[in-house]
Amino acid sequence: MLLRHTSDKEIERKALTINPAKTCQPIGAMYAALGIHGCLPHSHGSQGCCSYHRSALTRHFKEPVMASTSSFSEGSSVFGGSANLTAAIETIFSVYSPDIVAVHTTCLSETIGDDLTQIVSKAKEEGKIPDGKTVIFCNTPSYVGTHITGYSNQLSAFIKFFSTATPKKKNVVNLAAGWMEPSDMREIKRLAATMEARTILFPDMSDVLDCPLTGKFVMYPPGGTSLADMTATGDSKFTIGLGAYATEDACVKLENKCKVRFEVIEIPIGLKATDRFIVALSRHANLPIPDDITEERGRLVDLIADNSKYFYGKRVALFGDPDTLIPLTEFLLTLDMKPVYIVTGTPGKHFDESMKDLLNEKVPEAKFMSGERADMFRMHQWIKQEPVDLLIGNTYGKYIARDENIPFVRLGFPITDRPGHNFFPNVGYTGATNLTLKILHGLLEHKDRTCPEEKVEFQM
Amino acid sequence: MPAVPQFLQERNRQILTKGKDAFDIVGGQPSLAGAVSQRACVYCGSRVVLYPIADALHLVHGPIGCAAYTWDIRGSLSSGPDLFRNCFSTDLREKHVVFGGQQRLFDTLCLLIDKHRPQAAFVYSTCIVGVIGDDVPAVCKQVQLLKNIPVIPVMAEGFQGSKKDGYRIACDALFQLIGADDSKTIGEFSINILGDFNLAGELWMLSEYYRRIGIHVVASITGDGRVNDIRNAHRASLNIVQCAGSMMHLAQRMNEQFGIPFRKVSFFGIEDVADALYQVATFFHNQTLIDNATLLVREELSNLLPQLDVFKNALHGTKAAIYVGGAFKAISLVKALRLIGVSTVIAGTQTGNADDYKLLKKLCDDGCILVDDSNPIELSEFVKLTGANLFIGGVKERPIAYKLGIAFCDHNHERKVALAGFQGMINFAQEVYNTVSSPVWRFTRPHLAP
Repeated sequence: MLLRHTSDKEIERKALTINPAKTCQPIGAMYAALGIHGCLPHSHGSQGCCSYHRSALTRHFKEPVMASTSSFSEGSSVFGGSANLTAAIETIFSVYSPDIVAVHTTCLSETIGDDLTQIVSKAKEEGKIPDGKTVIFCNTPSYVGTHITGYSNQLSAFIKFFSTATPKKKNVVNLAAGWMEPSDMREIKRLAATMEARTILFPDMSDVLDCPLTGKFVMYPPGGTSLADMTATGDSKFTIGLGAYATEDACVKLENKCKVRFEVIEIPIGLKATDRFIVALSRHANLPIPDDITEERGRLVDLIADNSKYFYGKRVALFGDPDTLIPLTEFLLTLDMKPVYIVTGTPGKHFDESMKDLLNEKVPEAKFMSGERADMFRMHQWIKQEPVDLLIGNTYGKYIARDENIPFVRLGFPITDRPGHNFFPNVGYTGATNLTLKILHGLLEHKDRTCPEEKVEFQM
Repeated sequence: MPAVPQFLQERNRQILTKGKDAFDIVGGQPSLAGAVSQRACVYCGSRVVLYPIADALHLVHGPIGCAAYTWDIRGSLSSGPDLFRNCFSTDLREKHVVFGGQQRLFDTLCLLIDKHRPQAAFVYSTCIVGVIGDDVPAVCKQVQLLKNIPVIPVMAEGFQGSKKDGYRIACDALFQLIGADDSKTIGEFSINILGDFNLAGELWMLSEYYRRIGIHVVASITGDGRVNDIRNAHRASLNIVQCAGSMMHLAQRMNEQFGIPFRKVSFFGIEDVADALYQVATFFHNQTLIDNATLLVREELSNLLPQLDVFKNALHGTKAAIYVGGAFKAISLVKALRLIGVSTVIAGTQTGNADDYKLLKKLCDDGCILVDDSNPIELSEFVKLTGANLFIGGVKERPIAYKLGIAFCDHNHERKVALAGFQGMINFAQEVYNTVSSPVWRFTRPHLAP
């Protein structure tokens, strides 16, 4: 009943966003910066921004999230934030001693027009940045794009500041990770290791945001792409970008800067996207696909075949980030389900075109939308017009799922009410298996709970 | 050894060990730029205070983030309307930063008011609005005339200071509503409750106590709040202020304007709850009320004390670290913990002032570390130093405590169990006991011995 305010009648909205399927740039930059070892993300703006991002990431990962803030005051908004950032750099290196500080901006510092290049180089001249330490920065105005844009901008900053080409190319493939879980990154590394491919994954939040309990608190957990690896991305012979929205810009910048050719593919969610990833890695690392991986794939196909009767024709609504939704939609089609409603708050043509390609023939009735006003309120209205059998998205979906009594699979950011995303990946054949099981579990639990008494069955 | 930089020497004035350091902490200083501060901003302060008003429309004027991060995060329960749990944002884009967002705000407000017919609307102004210069009060005024409901600008640009400054702005916004209506039927003995946010239904418990004594709660500001109650709040005889950090300003303004006296109370811990009930009963100089209060406290205590003794024995020797938002909460926590055999070894707050810290210092045992506006490194060092084995804090402290391998109890927005009132004391003891005695803390050593 929580969402009783939602009616099935769509109203013309020019300005308003209700219950967004997105958030703002800086949190994406903060998340990405945590994937470099010894790096402290720094929010150049008011205290609240930093506090909100840390809280939001903490609620999702259930892990300490470290980041500092320029603590803007009334004065900074009038005279500029230069003094705050300079003081911040000094404080950070004295108190928290990171190897790298990754500054990102906010709507406030962008609008007052702080020039980060100038502020940071002045701090360097004045000896405020200790030897061997680095301050990098990127622009992440909250009023442009979404959290995915911020993530992408941070990745590009890694390339700009670190990637270096020496005369000697190495037989290494860079893997640029789009917005995914630490567990996904761990799985991608496992697949690469199984293939015995030499890779550099960046950023890498595994062992940063999924750390064991040791009785010790550390500011900089053991994980994260090392500075040496990040620098060496310029010497790799190829880059595979996983997710166009989050990684394409970084791939292009790396090619321009260090002549590393690239290919951008989807995040390997589902059978076909994983096939493409494995084939791409095998081709560019010039290694055969090992039997172990083929067998994993076989077990996934077996699982899908065993349960195909439950998937056929089921209508699914999904929301979240485009890099996740595109391969997920494809996977739902592989399962013979019908993805009918898809929204993402992140704008971009690639999403619309991919959806058209995927759905035009197979699910002509599907509705999809991206960018402004592609929010969960709209998706809920669609569901009210014609219901679905399954909802997939972040925790905010639970209100719709409860109101409409539909099974719900949690996937995306943030997930604040269930654990597990830190442990069980969504990528690779293993991830696809996890996803298939989650979907099945949702559908079958719902059936058991809601079907008439005489239809409850022991054997399903 | 390198000289300690000046700014760190100053920082030392925000940390003291009772029985060792002679000075007093001066709270309320702005955070150091570059700090991994646990503090939030002005907007956050006003948003958390106003958010629980359930039948009002809350529209955030700014880029999407400020609205998204505060969407349904505070567990304030409502007994009826739930409009407040939706996330409404003008979602400002680059073009609005250049050309202004006033028209967009106007359109959005009108559309929302037409659709939802709220009792009032609060419009939150975020950092960027302050900089691009949208005249939010003017738009609010215009819409108010057009739609005939109160439309209140909350000028809470984040950069103005810390969360505490946001409380003040929220109080001023609330004050615009108070005194606007006289229609509500008011009981003979009436109060307003200021600064309870109905987390886990705590307000309902407290209102029930007062009902049993014979006292009518006119308005709850703001837990399970209603616009019309707040508009009638000026007609109550007394204000009781629970979260003093956030609501003192409103209590003072209501005192000046309407002559309503106020009492600072706490509903946390036995002594404080009993005191809060007696204070109100004696205020009215009415023997029946006093008798009712005495009876209520006696009944509740006879039920409570034997249960608490069990916990006290079990928890004896537990050492607690407290790091919370407001100082009043910290003070209540120290007392309540003592009641269940737990000593406080670290007490810190985000927003305490000099007087708060004096009071805390008086209350704590020797050796207790007091700290203002701390950070994760300090907190974990203090835990190691003091051997604390229980941490009481909020969302950002929880994983740090767990990583240190010690028990944790949430005493912030995300608590799911009522901790106020007499029943709350039992719940609190139970929560503390559950987490302290969890078997998991026995498995935290990283290596297996052969």
